[in-house]
Amino acid sequence: MTRDEVLNDLRARFAGDILDLVEKSPKRVYIEIRVESIRDVALFLFKDLGGRFNTASGVDGRSQMEILYHFTLEDINLLISLRVRLEKPNLEVESLAPLFEAANWVEREIHELLGINFKGHPDLRRLLLPDDWPRGVYPLRQDYREWDPEAIRDRGV
Amino acid sequence: MPRTIVPIGPYHPLQEEPEFFSLTVEGEKVVDIDVHIGYNHRGIEKLSEMKTFDQATFVVERICGICSTSHPLAFVQAVEDILPIEVPERAKYIRTIIAEGERVHSHLLWLGLAGHFLGYNTVYMWTWKLREEILDVMEILSGNRNNYGMFKPGGVRRDLKADDIPGVLKKIDSIVPTLEMLKKAIMDDPVLQARTKGIGILSREDAINYSALGPTARASGVARDVRKNCPYAAYDRVDWDMIVLQNGDVFDKLVLRVLETFESIKILKHCLTKLPPGEIDAKLTSIPPGEGIGQHEAPRGETFHYVRSDGTNRPTRHKVRAPTFMNLPTYKATIVGETLSDATIILAAIDPCYCCTERIAVRNATGMKLYNGEDLVKLSVEKTEKLRKQWGMK
Amino acid sequence: MGLKLAALLKSLWVFHLSTGSCNNCDIEVLDCLTPRFDVERFGILLVGSIKHADVLLVTGSANRKSMQRVKRLYEQVPKPCLVVAIGECALSRGMFIHSYNCPLPVDRIIPVDVYIPGCPPKPEAIIAGVLKLTAKVKGRAR
Repeated sequence: MTRDEVLNDLRARFAGDILDLVEKSPKRVYIEIRVESIRDVALFLFKDLGGRFNTASGVDGRSQMEILYHFTLEDINLLISLRVRLEKPNLEVESLAPLFEAANWVEREIHELLGINFKGHPDLRRLLLPDDWPRGVYPLRQDYREWDPEAIRDRGV
Repeated sequence: MPRTIVPIGPYHPLQEEPEFFSLTVEGEKVVDIDVHIGYNHRGIEKLSEMKTFDQATFVVERICGICSTSHPLAFVQAVEDILPIEVPERAKYIRTIIAEGERVHSHLLWLGLAGHFLGYNTVYMWTWKLREEILDVMEILSGNRNNYGMFKPGGVRRDLKADDIPGVLKKIDSIVPTLEMLKKAIMDDPVLQARTKGIGILSREDAINYSALGPTARASGVARDVRKNCPYAAYDRVDWDMIVLQNGDVFDKLVLRVLETFESIKILKHCLTKLPPGEIDAKLTSIPPGEGIGQHEAPRGETFHYVRSDGTNRPTRHKVRAPTFMNLPTYKATIVGETLSDATIILAAIDPCYCCTERIAVRNATGMKLYNGEDLVKLSVEKTEKLRKQWGMK
Repeated sequence: MGLKLAALLKSLWVFHLSTGSCNNCDIEVLDCLTPRFDVERFGILLVGSIKHADVLLVTGSANRKSMQRVKRLYEQVPKPCLVVAIGECALSRGMFIHSYNCPLPVDRIIPVDVYIPGCPPKPEAIIAGVLKLTAKVKGRAR
């Protein structure tokens, strides 16, 4: 299928789920979808279109957080990014880990660095941060502040 | 048979805490694993938000020392994707030259480590000595052996001098005969084949399910290479082949990396001889608000960077995903069912960041028997020796 | 302590410890053992267990996860033991000084004897640093 065929098919198949589709360039498409539809659209991209799951990026904003799920369709050189907006403080979305293993570590990382809950994830433990890192402190949020009184942040010169 | 937990991890074997890899074994066979990472987490994504776009390129270089080109290249391509902007031809060729030089030295490094884990210490010393020639080439071209500092959003920072190129080509040609000899030695050695064929197989379905990248995926029959699928820099201007093998075992991953080294040398020489004249910098003055994505095929797989900008001179969000992040979970699929003496070589076949394979300690939970890093490698070497005796070789 | 240390100078056994680095310095340390630089001719050997170490080569910017273990490891090393900090990250954390996961520089956790700057320092610089170390120890023994 060509690029335009793929995009038209997506527009038709998920008409109720897609909120916005931006064709930024021949290789980059950003699709904003409803939070509830992430599983169906992601499964379609992974299984039916044979897309490779690159990663998921969480972005913190003022009143909402976004997660972008990136899929590469290698045969036609197209990178589709699915955007999902979550209103604070309800930071919850369905996990993609039961669908494909590739999402497992990616969601663990977003959970511990940004504090988004992934419903249905089999194993949402800490991945990168140490065990004595305080609960509820998420480093990548915009309102993160230094909590460690013993940290030294100047070179002493 | 009672189950015992065998942790493979960093530092001292007498510790009780979880280490990098906790293997659950029944007798000699591994039945389950748990992976703990985070020993290298330095918060680079948060650090990028405090730096300007130019400074962030230098921070990103120090994510991993061996993939020192791949992260800056993916990052500057992500920034250029925000506009989007086309980079001058000469800059594209220079980027390709640096990237392929890094691929050659990284694969040679890996070959040495694999040789060390299998008990072929001569291979270890030879490949690292060969690697010094490539590092000399990189030093002549960029000024440093490892952190090249050559990239900036819009082009490259330094030009290559025409006088250097003949000497560099001669140096590259000088390593090819030794590489040919190593390739022949690897393909013909029966003990090496017995040691690595059929070991640690990653099936095609698993490779797709885990989104495996780079040589780990290509050895399992999944034809993925960002340089071919989504061409960038000068990769679509050179005639080269993507190597794909079908079995997915350690032997295929070994052979694949050796063959890829030859392809990289081909690309290197082509770009050095056909370097076009012209500008090296698109001279970006400001980055508009927007978001961009950059990808690069590092020696270990695809590096992915996502950058968001709000029009100021700092990124508001910089997401980094190194290839080992997707490849390391495949260790779970490849090690279960294998024996302990193959644990190091199966892990090394994924080519994770060097630190992970170096720090290995084994502790038997019931018997308190202690192995440290050297001992586990010795287990692997002993197996090779046993096979050598079986074959009647010295 | 001085006499014992001076006796060790003939053949230093080094243990390499990374506290959360990008591995560039670690590879340059290993490069010193390869045929081009070959520090084994000076009697310097890389050992696999900390119980045999005379010198601790520390790289990396002292991650939170590795901090407690580094301290414990230093306590278990048989003294006298010298510590060499290699690379900008081990000196003062370099560009990671504002990172949320790197609160303290290495020399606030364990005492350091020799600092080798560079990012990464070339193998020649590492060898020069080790020679400075032997000179310092000889000076102490006298």
